[in-house]
Amino acid sequence: MLGMILAVAAVWLGLDLASNGLFLSPRNLYNLAVQSSVVGVMASGMVLVITARQIDLSVGSLLGFVGMCVAFLQAESGWSWPLASAAGIAVGALAGGLQGWWVAYRGVPAFVVTLGGLLIFRGAAYQIADGRTVTPLAPGFGVLGGGIEGSIGSLASWLLAAVAVVSVVGLALHGRRNQTRHGFSPRPAWADGLRVAAASGAIVAFVAVMNAHTQPRSPVARGIPIPVLIWIGSGLATALVFRSTRFGRYVAAIGGNPQAAARAGIDVRRVYVGVFVTLGVLAAVAAVITTARLGAGASSMGSLAELSVIAAAVIGGTSLAGGRGSIGGAALGAVLMQSLENGMVLLGVSSAARQIAIGSALILAVWLDGAARRGGDST
Amino acid sequence: MSAPLVEMRRVSKAFGGVHAVERADLCLQAGEIVGLLGHNGAGKSTLMALLSGALRLDEGEILVEGASARIGSPRDARALGIEALYQDLALADNLPAAANLFLGRELRGPLGLLDEAAMQRIARGVIQQVNPHFGDFRSPVSRLSGGERQSVAMGRALHFQAKLLILDEPTAALGPAETRQVRDLVKRLRDSGLGIVLVSHDLHDVFAVSDRVVVMQSGRVIASQSTRETSREALLQLIIGGAALGRKDEPTSGS
Repeated sequence: MLGMILAVAAVWLGLDLASNGLFLSPRNLYNLAVQSSVVGVMASGMVLVITARQIDLSVGSLLGFVGMCVAFLQAESGWSWPLASAAGIAVGALAGGLQGWWVAYRGVPAFVVTLGGLLIFRGAAYQIADGRTVTPLAPGFGVLGGGIEGSIGSLASWLLAAVAVVSVVGLALHGRRNQTRHGFSPRPAWADGLRVAAASGAIVAFVAVMNAHTQPRSPVARGIPIPVLIWIGSGLATALVFRSTRFGRYVAAIGGNPQAAARAGIDVRRVYVGVFVTLGVLAAVAAVITTARLGAGASSMGSLAELSVIAAAVIGGTSLAGGRGSIGGAALGAVLMQSLENGMVLLGVSSAARQIAIGSALILAVWLDGAARRGGDST
Repeated sequence: MSAPLVEMRRVSKAFGGVHAVERADLCLQAGEIVGLLGHNGAGKSTLMALLSGALRLDEGEILVEGASARIGSPRDARALGIEALYQDLALADNLPAAANLFLGRELRGPLGLLDEAAMQRIARGVIQQVNPHFGDFRSPVSRLSGGERQSVAMGRALHFQAKLLILDEPTAALGPAETRQVRDLVKRLRDSGLGIVLVSHDLHDVFAVSDRVVVMQSGRVIASQSTRETSREALLQLIIGGAALGRKDEPTSGS
């Protein structure tokens, strides 16, 4: 995790220098946060899928399909945006469940099922409106996209920051108490203190930057963008499921040793369906954000997003061999991937060159991570 | 005389026409250690898979404490008090000891979330009862020694009050000291009233701990005799040649 943080810091500094301070401006960091949220939301679900030794290549296409559904229901069927979004999430859950069923109960490898899904959902996204862009969307929907009005303002942002800092401190104290109670020797107090200070500092800095970005031609602070709140909320929920529920424990156990899990009486196939449903729901959430940001439904939404999502999870320390995953790491991975993209756009790098650079960075990052792990630890 | 703990009657299992187990009988009393011997492919593992619910039998019957039992899954077997410890398949390597001990039977708190504190506390008590030297409850079990891993698996059986324990090659990967430790542990579990099936091709193991030996060949049980009344040579003959040195007689009373 420390390595990840250092990597992000290095990339940010480099891009900031290269862009003459444009990269680390509040305005750009605000945009970066919103851009990262789409990949970030999906990456936490991808962590579960990969940890269970599965893969999902269809999330980008599913995003496009669900986004088109959500847009179509608003523009053509006149649904309100909350209803259309809820329907979209149901579609995402269903699509994930269907793919999971093929993997778990029909024994088709996830790579194949979701490669099929990649084509099917992209085709379906096109079919919904014959490839036309669908507008106009319901009033108020744009709030979910983080544009104008799409943030919670200065006061609410600071209140949230206060709640977050108190939670960080509380969790750290709780953790120390638990460790002592179980007979583990807790980390030295200064180490925990340092972590709490770093986390609190990051929270305060984040809110300060989001508040430093103002509404167009006005001094009113924007505050935390709503898509970022959705990302944080869904990420925390997924992390809670992963770490503190039976389902999450079974995901890890299956990734570590599927036979042992089965012999321990775990219904492995149901867990497989569960991880695909979870990711389907999160892809739908990402679809809602994307559609709201765009203010329209376009059948190409989410193209190639599956690669960024898988890359974010893997760069964040999730093992493709299964059994080990980190949702916090995936969030940092999403920020890292999006920083490269965003920074190169700022620098005027062509889209072709950006693809080459990001592809190379992915390979390099995973190699570095693996090398560090092999060097530091025999397992 | 009470009913035997477990009785398998004329059970058969075929894979695509090949009889892995054919009309095999096996009987085991509480407080008895049975060594199950035979070549690779003799049917030992399949027979035990039928008992532990990893496979379903084609024909025959399994009785647990005198009552006919339907064992369709590992969950069924566990509910009947049958626990199987496999050399490689018992543990999720990436999880620490307590998570493994409770795998599939996690304790949960009021919100339905895992009660890590309670699981940690119980796991410590149980595993240290099995192995007083066990200390590492934090690392994933892949970092533990073979003996420590066995301790976790046996702690699982102990805590969930197994009646019958199936041990598959329990000492295969262990050094001499750990082998001794595991053998002592097996005897202690027996003395506390468990029935134990020890699947092994290691005759040393079998002679060191078992009360009775059962030999399989080509899917059939070809001998069942008291360990004290047999010799290493006679057993080797049976395993290798299938020479009918012993009549197939199931003892009817426990030890």
